[in-house]
Amino acid sequence: MSVYDSLIIGGGPAGMTAALYMLRSGKNVAVVEKLAPGGQLLKTAHIENYPGFVKPVGGFELADAITEQLMQYPHERITDEVAAITQESGLYLVRVGERTLTAKTVIVCSGARYKHLGVPGEERLIGKGISFCALCDGNFFRGQTVGVVGGGDAALEESLYLSNIVGKIHLIHRRSTFRGSRIFEDKVRETANIALELNTVVAEVQGENEVSGALLKDVHTGETRFLPLQGLFVFIGFDPEGDFLPAGLERDKSGFIITDCEMRTNLPGFFAAGDIRSKMCRQVATAVGDGATAAQAAYTYLETLHG
Amino acid sequence: MATQVTDATFDATVLKADLPVLVDFWAPWCGPCRALGPVIDELAVELEGQVLVVKVNVDENTSAPAKYGVRAIPTLILFKNGEVLDQMTGAVSKTAIKEMLAKKAVA
Repeated sequence: MSVYDSLIIGGGPAGMTAALYMLRSGKNVAVVEKLAPGGQLLKTAHIENYPGFVKPVGGFELADAITEQLMQYPHERITDEVAAITQESGLYLVRVGERTLTAKTVIVCSGARYKHLGVPGEERLIGKGISFCALCDGNFFRGQTVGVVGGGDAALEESLYLSNIVGKIHLIHRRSTFRGSRIFEDKVRETANIALELNTVVAEVQGENEVSGALLKDVHTGETRFLPLQGLFVFIGFDPEGDFLPAGLERDKSGFIITDCEMRTNLPGFFAAGDIRSKMCRQVATAVGDGATAAQAAYTYLETLHG
Repeated sequence: MATQVTDATFDATVLKADLPVLVDFWAPWCGPCRALGPVIDELAVELEGQVLVVKVNVDENTSAPAKYGVRAIPTLILFKNGEVLDQMTGAVSKTAIKEMLAKKAVA
């Protein structure tokens, strides 16, 4: 069975950049991605802060360009999900579907996924009124009343997007102040069909076969009230995509991987890059930088193996 | 590649099919739909003869999505003999889709 120099988990900007650098160094690489290459780029309409693009570049467009660049270098691509990673005699064994792949180094770039509310009714009603993508699903709620949950940039920006489509928005946020950019907050406050429900959390989502409303709870008084809604959009941050990560890997309180500035984890030969890392700034630009840095660190590690 | 089905062909292709049918409700501008695209196309090939895998563009076809209460895309609905057996929403992995098919004993 062949042993890869490096197995890269995740095909977003971090993973594709790590792969590009490893391949250009002449290493033998496989990239495992459960979906199409691009990661969260595919869920982003326009990117205005990635250097080199004067006009906003479409998420799809940037994903396609990075993929095309990477495909110039022969490597194995596997469209499936990593189930588990174990260590054996200095090598990493990575279980993907029914196969087990062996690699000298692993670079985890699996990113993050939308955090769920974790309240009764939620899991049952996802896709039946609960959504994590305004761009995808806004149209299904044309002229209707929806809730948006969250207080960061995503919640504010998506509320503004939805305000042009839906009839009425209730923006539900657990604090009295927003974490998001001032520019978005000001616009939200000026938008006539957005009502703010501050110091308020969703205690339950109700509805039989589709969302009929949410039970809201005031965080100070504990009082609850029912708000009739046809849809509920949830933008409350991200969780690490890391169910498969090996035991013994150091992670922060939220489960993101702790690395040093060279993207090395506490496990030798095991690196992390992009949104899965414990860090402050999660951008395409930082993901790409992480990917290149991790590849260089992995390359240096591989050199030491040869003595 | 998964075949495209329209409102006009939905009954004949999906509801009256001899095989179980997995329908991917999608739209071209939807990122998660696009992320799921290659998984659906691979499954269409892998499951040939066991499950018919098709796609419905919800921009061009509104009756079928409305009839089955599709309010998020991508949504996958599994049909057998014209009845809904199960459904999933979001860009899910091939393994997760295969688990759903196995649970319903169609593949």
